[in-house]
Amino acid sequence: MRYAMAVDTLKCVGCSDCVVACQTENNVPIGHCRDWIVEKTTGTYPKLQLEIRSERCNHCANAPCVRTCPTEASHYAQGGIVLVEESECIGCKACITSCPYDARFIHPEGYVDKCTFCIHRVEKGQEPACVAVCPTHCMTFGDLDDPNSEISRAMATRKWKSLIPEAGTDPKVFYLI
Amino acid sequence: MSTSMNRRDFIKIAGVGAGSLAFATPLFDFSTGEILAPDTVPGMYAKRTPTYCEICFWKCAGWVHTNEEGKIWKVTGHEDDPHSNGRLCPRGTGGVGMYNDEDRLKTPLIRTEVNGVQTFREASWDEAFTYIADKLKIVAEEHGPECTALFSHGSGGHYLGDLLNAFGSNSITAPSYAQCRGPREVGFFATYGEGVGSPERVDIRDTRCLVLIGSHFGENMHNGPVQEISQATAKGASIITVDPRFSTVASKSKFWLPIKPATDMALLLAWMHVIINENLYDKEYVEKYTYGFDDLKAHVATHTPEWAYGLTTIKPETIRETAREMANASPRVIIHPGRHVTWYGDDTQRLRAVAMLNALLGSWGRRGGFYNPEKVSFKTYPHPHFPTPKRTWKDAHPGKFKLASLALASGICDATIPTSERDCSFKAWIVNGTNLIHTLPNQANTLKAIQALDLLVVIDTMPMEITGYADVILPECTYLERYDDIRVSAHREPTLALRMPAAEPKYNTKPAWWIAKNLAEKMGLGAFFPWKDIEEKLDWELKQVGSSLEEMQRIGVKKMKRSYDDLYPMENLEDFEFNTNTGKIELYSTAMADEGYDPLPKYKAHEEPPSGYYRLIYGRAPMHTFSRTANNPNLTDLMDENSVWVNPKIAKEWGLKNDQYLWLENQDGVVSKTPIKVRITERIRFDSVYMVHGFGHTNKKLTRAFGRGASDADLITRVHIDPEMGGTGMRGNFVTFRFEAGEEVSS
Amino acid sequence: MIEEIITSGRMNPEIDPILHVWGWEIPFYLFLGGISAGILIFSAYFTLRGRQDELPVAVKWMPIAVPFLIGIGLIALLLDLSHVLYAWQLFTNIRWESPMSWGAWTLLVITPLSMAWVATWLEDIFPNWDWKFDEVKAMINWLKNQRRYLAQILILLSIILGMYTGILLSAFNARPFWNTSILGPLFLTSGLSASAALVSFFSKSEVEKRLFTRIDIILIGIELFMIVHLFMGHLAGTQVHIQAAQMFLGGAFTVPFWIFVVGLGLILPVILEILELKHKFVPAIVPVVLIVGGNLMLRFIVVNAGQASRWLY
Repeated sequence: MRYAMAVDTLKCVGCSDCVVACQTENNVPIGHCRDWIVEKTTGTYPKLQLEIRSERCNHCANAPCVRTCPTEASHYAQGGIVLVEESECIGCKACITSCPYDARFIHPEGYVDKCTFCIHRVEKGQEPACVAVCPTHCMTFGDLDDPNSEISRAMATRKWKSLIPEAGTDPKVFYLI
Repeated sequence: MSTSMNRRDFIKIAGVGAGSLAFATPLFDFSTGEILAPDTVPGMYAKRTPTYCEICFWKCAGWVHTNEEGKIWKVTGHEDDPHSNGRLCPRGTGGVGMYNDEDRLKTPLIRTEVNGVQTFREASWDEAFTYIADKLKIVAEEHGPECTALFSHGSGGHYLGDLLNAFGSNSITAPSYAQCRGPREVGFFATYGEGVGSPERVDIRDTRCLVLIGSHFGENMHNGPVQEISQATAKGASIITVDPRFSTVASKSKFWLPIKPATDMALLLAWMHVIINENLYDKEYVEKYTYGFDDLKAHVATHTPEWAYGLTTIKPETIRETAREMANASPRVIIHPGRHVTWYGDDTQRLRAVAMLNALLGSWGRRGGFYNPEKVSFKTYPHPHFPTPKRTWKDAHPGKFKLASLALASGICDATIPTSERDCSFKAWIVNGTNLIHTLPNQANTLKAIQALDLLVVIDTMPMEITGYADVILPECTYLERYDDIRVSAHREPTLALRMPAAEPKYNTKPAWWIAKNLAEKMGLGAFFPWKDIEEKLDWELKQVGSSLEEMQRIGVKKMKRSYDDLYPMENLEDFEFNTNTGKIELYSTAMADEGYDPLPKYKAHEEPPSGYYRLIYGRAPMHTFSRTANNPNLTDLMDENSVWVNPKIAKEWGLKNDQYLWLENQDGVVSKTPIKVRITERIRFDSVYMVHGFGHTNKKLTRAFGRGASDADLITRVHIDPEMGGTGMRGNFVTFRFEAGEEVSS
Repeated sequence: MIEEIITSGRMNPEIDPILHVWGWEIPFYLFLGGISAGILIFSAYFTLRGRQDELPVAVKWMPIAVPFLIGIGLIALLLDLSHVLYAWQLFTNIRWESPMSWGAWTLLVITPLSMAWVATWLEDIFPNWDWKFDEVKAMINWLKNQRRYLAQILILLSIILGMYTGILLSAFNARPFWNTSILGPLFLTSGLSASAALVSFFSKSEVEKRLFTRIDIILIGIELFMIVHLFMGHLAGTQVHIQAAQMFLGGAFTVPFWIFVVGLGLILPVILEILELKHKFVPAIVPVVLIVGGNLMLRFIVVNAGQASRWLY
């Protein structure tokens, strides 16, 4: 099983619903966030292009944060979801500096925190909170190993990219373009 | 005591009521709601209660989830609700922030004077009601009860409206009419004999071509349309966006027409010209349903794309191509009427043109065009007949705004400032859930009106700027802590939705129904509120339509069957009589002609920015609802200030840098009260600047919103009044950049 | 024009707008670690070469400082940990891919060994001290007999420690400026250079002073060579590496780096040291302060610049 997420940049309007849904679902303290929106505008008026992406931890298959963690607090869980075990994290922040996506932050309680793909929901067969809330249905979550999953079909039929593939992290969040 | 206070000083609420924590009275019989399966996350044994959202007027139904300690955890959408389809927008999801905001109004406050300084003192509800009742009695005796007005934007307003009606005034207004969608309703009514309504009756889900004129869905986070646009485009629908700004939805459009601002009418006329002259219109539909086609044809004969090109800067070929795109999709095409349409003062006419263009393409009453909404016919709890007021707000504006179907907030504001020719002005205002300081254009005028009042009561959840001018402030609890009326909304299917408290009201706050009922009793008008409490009232009302409060508490949303199968009444050219003078869709408006207005919309040139000035265009951000959410902790976390969008060419001319703060000064020399951050972006035209509305709060008590960003309302001092219905056109203001602050403001 | 912005207001503390999770603690700790490594390497090396009596400061005296330096370094490291009550978790895991883990274990081993190493020289340093307990004497004697092995192990561990202070950073692929394998040798050399300067400052023996001044000149030469290569490597790299290098070639770090680290921390002291060798009068304190200061500065700048450098997407 390989969990992954696809974000359809053609649908995403950058409303940040995913951000606030994550914050309330996971009790992320105000002033911190596990996901965020990037808007990239290219061109000159009036020949313009806009790409909007809902970004988060890429749950890399070759995760530098897991490699650099001195305590195994950062680890791969079910389906390749990268998690931080709070009670093993010493707060050395090596994982933060090793993440090319700046997806991690220090929780006010001291440990390092980040997107969990809402594993507590996924285990119950629900979608991650960001996926479930999105008004444009721009996000798809599922198992890449299942060729019939919605995400496998989206990846097979659509053009896609991932972020900084050249960093060699093998990210598992994809952007449909 | 306060009779000696002639001038109403702005009072910061700082220090008042801060220490008074809740004496929570168990007002409600808390229903248990549905118990869900225990969550696997420790400490999250969730319970959920139904609600509908109050963060914007879309009023999506949802569930409030509370954790095992009974604390509100999150709000999610209701799967059966056609407004939300199970998904709330960011503001709805962040609605918990409204409840958690520690800056909330906490206890009733009364204006008083201590050693010559005006301040607020904490009061009990009874004291506050006595104060208001006494004052209103004097107003009624001296000027008549008609001199009392209610400004309301929110669910509780209905109860306060009943109170006002019972008292003897029907001047009940929402700024959402004259400041927002009024011209649209009037323009469509003149054409189809029906308005567009809210939620808009647009069938985006099934459309093949959606035309947006200035509407920026996605940034304007109306939940339903945003969802349906995404659905429709996935099915291959095309979007044509007309906007001087490269909005989010412009980036998703097949055609983006970067129009020169204030020339939309020329584009609409040229489109009609092309559609008529290239025989692209729906001939059977036009033949069967419309009146005045030949007049229209003659009217637009000279309005060629070439003519429009000179005005709009949109190439003739693009105008033709987009007209054909619409015609190809016809009748499954929507030229969207928009919502905030009070732009240039000829807005009713522009919206008439929009309505007519839709008629030519046969989209009204058709799938993928405009559907026929239906709502549950809902009987409210019976009460005695309201007295008939001797005067209405329109009497203050003789011969004007003849087509306005609702009271104008700005009209009441104007009729509050005493003049020699008017024998009576408004003397008392009750303001509920609308921050008139930011909502009404021309702040100086609003403040002048406020100074002329004998009584200003503000009922709100937050210490918005308007509270600083109040004589009495009544703290309302948030929507998560109260019952309100059943949401009876018109949609494809009629639905009912219940809002019930998910937690007890925090602090000493109360729901609007309780405030209205208790104040009525104090004023001797208790007979108009004959029910014991709201649960009794709602249960009675629900039982009339075959439901009950108990059922609604369990299911939250109830879908009903349509009474007729007429969702698309003109789909197959069925016979239909429109509610117009001619019984037809009036391309030539007889009602307009009768009242002496243009029966066919004309292009009118609007003033252009002087050199060094840029047209001020304002809009929405998806994470905020006007100024209402500007202090919401969850939503300020997403966006805590606005910025002014400046084209790189202009930025270069002025030597502006990204993220630098500056002030904006308008054509009348009015300077923004607070500085605003520069965002240099290609996404805005060189002759305009853009900012998101709702920022630049000046009340320090709004700790997160205070001083963040700037307020466009400050800069909208020139208002172009729509002659047909009194809409306040606000897009005719021009600003320039200023590198130092304006004069110190007293508040 | 390309405009790429985070619109949701992401402002995670210490992450946005630029990463600055590591403050003074980490570079200071790296600095102390580097000097400790340098001291131990010289001490052990010259012991193996049998020159302990000829070079008493380098071999016998300087190592006394090492347990203290490492101790202070560890305190700095602990101060940096934001979840410090769980720090013991470092020693329930061995993570070969994690330089942090390496460092923790290396320090765990090197700290007692450095103390043992100091113990073997105690009788030389304090010849009149009475150790009172026979067990202690026996222990010290036993250690003295193991000195050769101890020295060999220490050289190995110290090289690891010295390199680690740089590799800790270069392992972070995500920060292009750090992402060069030259940082390990550079920090090792720089640590050696600082300890050489300290030896020549504290030494009273002309032979020792001159030897270590000469060593230091060579080390600084190597450092300069490596710095040039660091930038050449970056400039020959991908866009992100070029951008990272440009922070030093016109960007925000240009002045502090080239003036304070290279100018005042390397070139000026090397000139002074050459003058010293030519018997020109140079106040002894000046080069050592410049070198140690430059050493510290190098680590601060590298740590901060690395955090400021990022991938583009």
